[in-house]
Amino acid sequence: MIIVENLNKKFGELEVLRDISETIYNGEKIVIIGPSGSGKSTFLRCLNLLETPTSGTITIDSVDITDPKTDINKVRSQMGMVFQNFNLFPHLTVLQNITLAPIQLKLMNESEARDKARYLLERVGLMDKIDEYPGRLSGGQKQRIAIARALAMSPKTMLFDEPTSSLDPEMIGEVLEVMLELASDGMTMVIVTHEMGFARKISNRILFMDEGMIVEQGSPDQLFDNPQKERTRAFLSKVLTR
Amino acid sequence: MNMIIALSFSTLKENFYNDFIVDNRWKWLVDGLGVTLKVTLMASFLGIIIGLLVALVKVSQFHGRKIPVLSQIADAYVLVIRGTPAVVQLLIIYYVIFASVAIDKVLVAALAFGLNSGAYVAEIFRAGIQSVDRGQMEAGRSLGLSYGLTMRKIILPQAVKNTLPALFNELITLLKETAVAGYIAVADLTRAGDLIRARTFDPLLPLLAVALIYLVIVLLLTRLMNLLERRLARSDHR
Repeated sequence: MIIVENLNKKFGELEVLRDISETIYNGEKIVIIGPSGSGKSTFLRCLNLLETPTSGTITIDSVDITDPKTDINKVRSQMGMVFQNFNLFPHLTVLQNITLAPIQLKLMNESEARDKARYLLERVGLMDKIDEYPGRLSGGQKQRIAIARALAMSPKTMLFDEPTSSLDPEMIGEVLEVMLELASDGMTMVIVTHEMGFARKISNRILFMDEGMIVEQGSPDQLFDNPQKERTRAFLSKVLTR
Repeated sequence: MNMIIALSFSTLKENFYNDFIVDNRWKWLVDGLGVTLKVTLMASFLGIIIGLLVALVKVSQFHGRKIPVLSQIADAYVLVIRGTPAVVQLLIIYYVIFASVAIDKVLVAALAFGLNSGAYVAEIFRAGIQSVDRGQMEAGRSLGLSYGLTMRKIILPQAVKNTLPALFNELITLLKETAVAGYIAVADLTRAGDLIRARTFDPLLPLLAVALIYLVIVLLLTRLMNLLERRLARSDHR
């Protein structure tokens, strides 16, 4: 369970997050939507401290991760993250990309890590790319490898920061499919995305953010079919009619 | 006309004999080359170690992990080294710092040039590390790897590859810079050529020979770099 209390983030004078409090329960699939610049990505990146909050606390399974004494590396190792730009390691093969962290952090020995990598590659349908370098892969393949790399750490939670935003349209489907499968396995997921149809399909709760605040939230049916706030309606009318 | 050419040719032949054959003077050049290579090799090794350490301190500043005293030392070091001539640094190290210590001059030269090269290598590595996409550090950290581990396993391998041409360039500069080692009477290649000139009063051939030897070494180094670059490009599928 992730409990966020009074989270604020400023970049200089700019207030990106304003006093956000929210609880994410185990097994939830949360999708965060909102216009660009609304703070969605920043909020997500605060959850594993890639951004340091200006004030407020984030408690994960009763560990306050904003406490400087907390071993943030350990927290992060149980929290996978998938980035918009994949961020695969270009100097390592697909296999090495996946096994690097589990081996370096001594969670597995080499052969265990390799077995796990094979299993994950099978799952994302890219077993045949095991010895390729990332430069040889398409965007969709890269993102599926990035998901496999995060899963190799057996995280309790997965964070997705616009995972399909830099993909060609025909490759979006293959990534979303992997994510749906992950969701059906019971993984706790927090997803920032612009894919509204997918958001509706995968989430049990949608957060609509604007100007650094969670303006409205609810089940996908509630939020998409019966939005209460004017700002939510304005945003949805823009993205849904397209 | 023919006579003049014939005459100058025979002088040349005689000079060549005096410059290189008498007293086995060609061996001076060989020994000098040995010293030059030794100094260059030791200095570049030292320079890379110092450069790497200084670069790591400097980029940790860039990554918002300031190490107060160390980063000030690193900044001052680069400023002083880059702001003063290498010859002056060499003289200070030999005549001031090691004034009352009996130490091999070759080692003093290697130390001085290594300290000098370190500042330039530091800037090369710093630029190389900063040229690696920011997302690489984030991806490493998001997997639970520490800053140091991410640096070692993810950032540095990519950075070093990016900086290889600049590093070779620095090595070539360093090789030629060691020519001033004669200032503290190290018998390097340049010094050897100059000694022959002083002995035979013929400046042309000994100095030409010295220049030619430097040129050949630089050519070999360039060849080596091209080979290495092609080798690395093979595993580079970006």
